[in-house]
Order: sequence, then structure tokens, then C-alpha cells
Amino acid sequence: MGKIIEPSEAEPSRVERPEEEGAQPQPSAAERVLDLRQMTDARVSLGRHGAGLPTGAQLSFLLDHARAREAVWTSVDRAALEERLAVAGLDVVHVDSMADDRSVYVRRPDLGRLLDPTSTERLKELAGGKGCDIAIVVADGLSSSAVDLNAVPLIEALAPKLGELGLTVASIVLASQARVALGDPVGEALGAKLTIVLVGERPGLSAADSLGAYITYGPKPGNPDSGRNCVSNIRDGGLPISEAASIIAALVKDMVKTGVSGVALKAAVAKLGTSGV
Amino acid sequence: MSFTTTIEQTVFRFKDLKDLLAKATPERSGDQLAGIAAEGPVERLAAQMALADLPLKAFLAEEVIPSEDDEVSRLIAERHDSAAFSAISSLTVGELREWLLKPETTHDRLEAVTWGLTPEMVAAVSKIMRLQDMIAVSAKRQVVTRFRNTIGLAGRLSTRNQPNHPTDDSRGIIASAIDGLLMGSGDAVIGVNPATDSVEDYVRIVSLLDELREKLAIPTQTCCLGHVTTAIHAIEQGAPVDLVFQSVAGSEKANRGFGIDLALLKEAHEAGRSLKRGMPGANVMYFETGQGAALSADAHFGVDQQTMEARAYAVAREFDPLLVNTVVGFIGPEYLFNGKQIIRAGIEDHFCGKLLGLPMGVDVCYTNHADADQEDMDTLLTLLCAANVNFVITVPGADDIMLNYQSLSHHDAVYCRETLKRPPAPEFEAWLSQIGLIDCDGALIGEPAALSSYLRSSNLIGA
Repeated sequence: MGKIIEPSEAEPSRVERPEEEGAQPQPSAAERVLDLRQMTDARVSLGRHGAGLPTGAQLSFLLDHARAREAVWTSVDRAALEERLAVAGLDVVHVDSMADDRSVYVRRPDLGRLLDPTSTERLKELAGGKGCDIAIVVADGLSSSAVDLNAVPLIEALAPKLGELGLTVASIVLASQARVALGDPVGEALGAKLTIVLVGERPGLSAADSLGAYITYGPKPGNPDSGRNCVSNIRDGGLPISEAASIIAALVKDMVKTGVSGVALKAAVAKLGTSGV
Repeated sequence: MSFTTTIEQTVFRFKDLKDLLAKATPERSGDQLAGIAAEGPVERLAAQMALADLPLKAFLAEEVIPSEDDEVSRLIAERHDSAAFSAISSLTVGELREWLLKPETTHDRLEAVTWGLTPEMVAAVSKIMRLQDMIAVSAKRQVVTRFRNTIGLAGRLSTRNQPNHPTDDSRGIIASAIDGLLMGSGDAVIGVNPATDSVEDYVRIVSLLDELREKLAIPTQTCCLGHVTTAIHAIEQGAPVDLVFQSVAGSEKANRGFGIDLALLKEAHEAGRSLKRGMPGANVMYFETGQGAALSADAHFGVDQQTMEARAYAVAREFDPLLVNTVVGFIGPEYLFNGKQIIRAGIEDHFCGKLLGLPMGVDVCYTNHADADQEDMDTLLTLLCAANVNFVITVPGADDIMLNYQSLSHHDAVYCRETLKRPPAPEFEAWLSQIGLIDCDGALIGEPAALSSYLRSSNLIGA
């Protein structure tokens, strides 16, 4: 009686796994009986050799972890982003938080929420005391892959919708070593009524490229997180870009109408509805 | 009261007990984030030297958070047993370390001082102990608890089978649970972290897990890790609740952040016990903790995160839990930066919990933004087994697809059984053999028909 349960020959990489028929490996003994993989995306029925994972499953896990770490530790390709946004006819301004590098950034979330003084001056100069309706901030957050892959397409989908609402958008702010709340001092310096922060979310093993959008009416430092609305898991395979853009635009519309964002938004919209305004 | 140490003409001053404790703490990012850590290794050593000379009685004279402001401090003061303390009352922190390590300080002597020790004393001594010191002492201390089986016996290791699913899908939960059972995981508890906190889903999840346990006659317990108020409502509706779960922390303010206080925990404890689902006198509570929880709620009052964690154990031990575990690497790198910090914190938490009389387990885990990996988890798991940890948590392939972090795999439980020779709870071990999962040597041998026929016959409540 061997202690080896033969697993599938080659456990496919998790990222390639979703229900692609045809390339299915031979099911393991456990699956023939129980068929657990049809029931969950969890890494069930991997098989084992003693206590060890089959080599394919082991390496596939490490690949997913490597991708997630790379998303955290590599920098956003600022030049490429700027170029792509320029093609879309959008100006760009760069800002930095008070966290000098990644190593400081992951240890000091407080510094990632503060805008460095040079950046503040740059934004104030750009605004020239005129103000604008909306500031869009692209923050690297915890995933450069999310920003590299999804930020520009989302802005391209979103910009015309905001235009239809008759709202003006300042230059796109590319923020480095930035947490969500950095949008508050950025929005304030630009004199924006509302900020949309697009931020790389903490990568999971199954997806390292999720982008989150946090929308805040009346941005100023010290705003509580309960004053923001969040649209998360924006990526290929998650919430599609076009759908995310529609949801964000609808939230922006409600916020502009009510002057409220966050947990209080729903009630404010309902109140407006009943009062017939 | 302030403290000083002189090292080669340099005088180091620490302004009060909490400052001394914070500066004496081995390096970790959370205390640096809070701005209370030592400036460098020499100042840290100076603090450790001052701490080593401090009489244990000093901890009864100075509170790190005043009782007037905090019910956890009041609880710690009220529960201090001076008779139990008498065996160690003349010692300094440094002498307590030596006393703990002595072979004459047996399990029974450690057990006898349990209520004479305060969380702050235990945290203090851990700060001047190496990993090996803490492992050697923890290994002597058994804390045994019971519900349908017996957890924490020397030389054994239980596991929580954690079949989470991103949408709490019934079929997904059961598939994960069975994956774990096939590898012999689940004697501590089969416990789901729910994605939502509705009473309806809570009831569905506990009913689902109860059906699985009942039909397969597994001598274990189940749990949905919702909020205590959700559990109380579910109990009122007659749901099959084995264990009542709650996250707890080391200050009244931090606990308020979790939506609880001691009175609510007492109510939950009584509701759980009223069901009498375990053996007579069974422990019915399950608590999770973790360094950094109080700081993240801005409720640490300048106290270092490891001392705050030990204070959470004062809350936990008030309610005779079946299980307590630190979710050590879940909180992120701003609190525990890398594998080294996570490993030390896991060993500290287990040591402090055990000395305070808790049935301590550890969720050996990390997130993708921490500088840690599976090899750090291998190290921590192996060390914890040497330390006689009560239980660890396992998930399919080390990947929790609901909470998006890496815990241990069910495979790691097999490693503990086969390489480290740690069998599960005796009742569960007998069941594994009876159902045909293990042979007479305790080695896993295959998938018994009972599991597959369960899957085919069950209508999977709510699926």
C-alpha cells in the first residue's frame, strides 16, 4: 500500500486554469471519486507525494507568488503611462508621497498618505487658483502591474463619460509610493471638488493586477475612509473596465448632485429622490 | 517611574514601564510605525538590561494603561492571584527567565503560577528570551481543552480545517473541507471565515458543517467565524452552533473597534454553553488575536504591540476557550515586516498564551506584500511543533481564496504527522483509522468511500 496518491500529470498553472477543456490533465484518484475541483477555485485535489506537493503544483504556486511579489516591489512604468495618456490627449503631472522608496512605503502607510512639499507646490502652481471639478490620481499602491495594465484603459473609458456630465478634469496625477488617502492633499492642492484615486490593490495569488477606484467628494487631508466610495477588483477576469467606468461615472454623478460621498451617499440620493429635487 | 541603564558611561533613560517594554522589544515594524521602538540595537539592549533587573512586583505597582480608562486593565488587576504569584514574587524579570528554563520548573509548577502571572510580566520576560528559550519553556506547558475531542495533549498536534470560499458557496465550502479531511485535517475545528456577516448565511454555514460532521460521525467541532452578535442571533434561532468565535484585542478601545466588550463576550459565552452540544463542561469559545490589532485601531496607548497582544490573552482566558490562535502574519509588513519578524512573533505569541493558560494555536501565515515566503512558514511550523503548539490552520494548497493570504496547506499537516511524529487528537485519530483514512501506523492510505458517498447523498444545505 503506497502512500503516494498520484496526482494529475502536470498541474497547470493556476492562472491558465479556468475551465479550459481539451487540455485537461488526467484526474487524480481522489477526483475520480470526489470531483472536488468542479466545486471550488481553491487548490483542492492537488495530489501529494508523502507530505510534498507534486512538483508541478509546487512550481505553479511559486510562480503565482513571484508574480504577486513582483507587482508589489517593481515600480510603475511612468514614462510609458505618460506616453499612452498623451496619445489619448491627456496631460500628466507627477507627484510623490513622503515615502522615499518601496521599503519605506510598505512599512510606513502614514507617509504614503502625505504629499511631499515640492509636489504640493507643483500642483498649486498648475491649478493657478482656478480649481476644477475632478482630479484623477493614479496611485501605484501595492501593485504596479494593476496600474501598468488597467489604469490607462480605465481613464480612456471614464474621461468621455465625465465629459458628458459636463465636468472638467485636471491633468492626470501620477503618484508614486502612494496610498489611497494621498488623493486628499492632491485634490485639495488642485482645488478639485472630487477625487478619483485609481490604486493598485494588494495582490492575491490568483490575481496580481486588480485596480481599485476610490472616489471622495470634497477632498482634504483627514477625510475618514467612510467618506469614500470604492469600486474594486477592476481587471481582466474581474470587474471589466467598461463596467467599472460606468459605475464610477454613476457614483460621480450622484456625488455632484448631493455633495456627499461614502457611506452617507445612498441615503443622500434617496432623500433627493423623495424630495423631488 | 523612570528607569536607567549605564553602558560604558552612556546613560540610557526610559521614562516609564511602557517605554521600557517598547524599547526592550526585539525589532519589528509596528513599533517603529508607532514611534515607540528603540533607536537601535544598543538602546534596545540597554532597555533589555534594565528590564531584566526589574522586580516582577513592579508590574503590580504600575499599569501600562490605567484601570480607570480601560476595562482590560481592570480585568488584569482583578484576576491577579497573589497566592499563585507567591512562588515567583521575589524574582526579577531576568530571574523569571532562569526559573522558567530550569528543569525543576515542571509543567505542574508552570500551571500553578498561571493566574499569578500578568500579561505584562509574560510579555516582559519573552523580550529577553531567544526563540530556543521560549520553545523550551512552551514545550513543558500543556493546556488541554475539550469539546467532542481532546486538544493539546503532549506530543500531538491538532489542525483547523479552514474551508473558506469567496462567496460562502455551500458546495465550495464542502469541497475544501473534504479536501482537508482527506489529508487528516480538522480535529481542532472545521471553521469557516464567512464573506458576509448576515445571520442567514451564518445559520446556513453552521448547518452545512454540522451535517457534514454528523453524517460522517467526525469527533470534532465546527464553527462559523462571524461576529459574536451574529452567533447569539443564530443561537436564538436554534442553529447548531458548536463554538462561538470572536476576534479580541488588548484594550477596551480596540475591542470596541471589534464591536465587543467584556459584557458582550460573557453573554456570548453563556449562549454558547446553554446549547450543551459538547461533552459536559466543554470549552465553547474560539478567539483569534494578532500583534498590531490595537495599533491599527489607534488603541494601543503607546504600548508596544507584543505587550498589547499578551493583554488580549487576559480577555481570552476569562472565557475558558477551546481554541485561541494568533493570526500572526496576516496583518501585513507595517506591523511585522518579514519572515524573521513573523517567526519571532509566532513563537512569542504561543509562549505568552501558554504561560497565561491558553490552549494556544497559531495561524502560520503571510501576505504577498510582506517579505516572507513558504520557507519561512516551514521554519515557523517546525519550531511550533517543537514548542508543543496546540493547533495550526490548514487550507487547500496554502492559498486562502477568500481572505487572499497564504496559510499552511493540508499537506503541511501530513508533514507534521509523518516527519515530526505529531498525531492528531486521540478521538480524531481513532476516527481516521475507523473510516479507513489511515493505517495502523497512522499513515494516510487513501480516500474512503464514506466521503464520496456523503458528497453524492448530501443535498448540501443552501446549495
